[in-house]
Amino acid sequence: MGQIEWAMWANEQALASGLILVAGGIVATAGRFTQWYFGTYAIAAGVLVCLLEYPRGSRAKGSTLERCGQRYLTAVLKLLGPLSRNYYFRAALHLALSVPAGFLLATILGTVCLVIASIIYLLAAVRGEQWTPIEPRPKERPQVGGTIKQPPSNPPPRPPVEARKKPGEEDATPAGGPPGGPRVNPIPVTDEVV
Amino acid sequence: MTISEIKLHPIFPASSFELYVLFLCFSIWKSTLAWAKASALCLNFNCMLILLPVSRNFISFVRGTSACCRGPWGRQLDKNLKFHKLVAYGIAVSAAIHIVAHLFNLERYHLSQSEEAPGLPAALSKLGNSPNESYLNPIRTAGTNPVIELLTTIAGITGLVLSLALILLMTSSTEFIRQVSYELFWYTHHVFIIFFISLALHGAGRIVRGQTPESLLLHNVTFCRNHYDKWHAVAQCPMPRFSGKEPSAWKWVLGPVVLYACERIIRFWRFQQEVVITKVISHPSGVLELRMKKRDFTMAPGQYIFIQCPAISLLEWHPFTLTSAPHEDFFSVHIRAAGDWTEALCEAFGAQGQDLKDPCSLPRLAVDGPFGAALTDVFHYPASVCIAAGIGVTPFAALLKSLWHKCCDSQSQLKPSKVYFYWICRDARAFEWFADLLLSLETQMSEQGKAHFLSYRIFLTGWDEDQALHIALHWDENTDVITGLKQKTFYGRPNWDDEFKQIAYSHPSSSIGVFFCGPRALSKSLQRMCRLYSSADPRGVHFYYSKESF
Repeated sequence: MGQIEWAMWANEQALASGLILVAGGIVATAGRFTQWYFGTYAIAAGVLVCLLEYPRGSRAKGSTLERCGQRYLTAVLKLLGPLSRNYYFRAALHLALSVPAGFLLATILGTVCLVIASIIYLLAAVRGEQWTPIEPRPKERPQVGGTIKQPPSNPPPRPPVEARKKPGEEDATPAGGPPGGPRVNPIPVTDEVV
Repeated sequence: MTISEIKLHPIFPASSFELYVLFLCFSIWKSTLAWAKASALCLNFNCMLILLPVSRNFISFVRGTSACCRGPWGRQLDKNLKFHKLVAYGIAVSAAIHIVAHLFNLERYHLSQSEEAPGLPAALSKLGNSPNESYLNPIRTAGTNPVIELLTTIAGITGLVLSLALILLMTSSTEFIRQVSYELFWYTHHVFIIFFISLALHGAGRIVRGQTPESLLLHNVTFCRNHYDKWHAVAQCPMPRFSGKEPSAWKWVLGPVVLYACERIIRFWRFQQEVVITKVISHPSGVLELRMKKRDFTMAPGQYIFIQCPAISLLEWHPFTLTSAPHEDFFSVHIRAAGDWTEALCEAFGAQGQDLKDPCSLPRLAVDGPFGAALTDVFHYPASVCIAAGIGVTPFAALLKSLWHKCCDSQSQLKPSKVYFYWICRDARAFEWFADLLLSLETQMSEQGKAHFLSYRIFLTGWDEDQALHIALHWDENTDVITGLKQKTFYGRPNWDDEFKQIAYSHPSSSIGVFFCGPRALSKSLQRMCRLYSSADPRGVHFYYSKESF
């Protein structure tokens, strides 16, 4: 299990907790339960958590699938600098945000889920993981003139392509080309036109 | 709140007797109790269903024993994982409704105990305070925090544990997490054990109470609801008696839980069975071939097995398609290093290094299966189109070998009269291990005069400049420069419109099975082709699509 990137799961869990906090808060506020003001707090905290967790960080190796439309929030998070990169901070923030919501029944599920997300973030931080934004890939522009090759440097007759390759370069086809290495013609070649 | 505001929700059970049973409860909770009970019933049903699609030995058993599981029904059995996910979404939705409804219920219980509570709910809540009285409202004192009440009841604690388990299950099963780390998904998914235990215990506290049938016979509900202050005095209204509802969730889930427990026991038993590794071959492009033998192992082409390597991980079983044919005395799989587990396996079997491994030092393997998959249907269609992309050629390797053997065996008459095979591959080196098979098949078919039985096309979709030059130089030779086969390799992706048009033209009024193994994008476009080129006339050509993927 050494290869698991805990931060990825923590991110999913925190996003889900944020949504559950918002839902619980809406139920408590709309139903005007006792101490429903905790419900309004839960909505605000849930929205903050969702905004923070929506941009997915990029994985240590391999490509990461972006969430739809996340680059705007990624730009905002990049401005926060170390506050968004450091997972210790995120763990502490989630723990702190979850505590007030624990006093109201409707939001207690969101509290517990957010505490679990905080624990997973702590584990990720201990293992040295960091949030790195997913950079957009630069669009590949077709390079003008890139396919125009230099004209051949030696006059004809020229040995075929494989012979022109440097020795030691692998030949990709299993059938194999002629033995590699530039060939020296055994018979001196002269122009027959007199 | 006046009596006229008490409305009975339409979901409520139809029998008027049951109406009266819960009537008094309704006066406290209005319709949220009905929502909670309805969603609880949906939850019971869904929790019963969720374990069935993942009991793969049970599904294999159903597929094998009933003849009705050929054709369309058999294809539905292949979609078991999709069904599992669908039921999981159903559980999530029903659970959300159930939780919200009970939040309102608890809040109303709590309010009914307070000083400001109106008439009937207050009167009902006070019942049970004197001896000889049974109570209705589970919150017995005023002024407590509903959170404390939740945490001191069995239903509350198990409910919290259940919802937590469900959320953990769902957040670790998203597609992204499964790709990032399959092990995390698999290990976290075992939280379902806690889920089912909590589900069985959820109703044990009997917190939802209703009037007992005996009390209803004595207590005239329609009159007494308006005279709750005279319940002692009036003869028609003796004190109502209440009792808790029996838990019913365990009755729903007991069967599937036992079935799944049997499934895990079968897997454990298969784990104990001995598997002898007869040969390990390392192919280019990081493909490892393992040839094994196991007692009483019989297979059909296109089936797959699950392999476990205890040295790498005790809990993980990974599926691999069988690439050997039934007539061979061994069974083999081709494994490509594509993730943690497969990389560890390839390393353990010495695929990476140059040194030979001592056969005794090879790690032990356990095999579960074989499990049926759609490819066994190839022999049932008069014409079949098999399309493979990259390593997806493995199920078709077994099929072609089986076809070759049936071809050699002149006694058997093959039902399919024509098989089209397409292989789309990016790397020329990956052809090597399959090219030998195709070569022997080609010669065999032409020797037996059945050269037109199998028509295959290989498409190479990636090359560099040197390869392109080499191919151009050898363009006019008889055999293909890359594979050595008589059939020339095509370059670039196939034009499916042309191919399907040609096949539909050659087989005007038959049903043609289309079998595919490979990436999703191509699967979607092939499905579209099948729909496009199937004729609207029931007697015309029909393409039936089925996809193999893990």
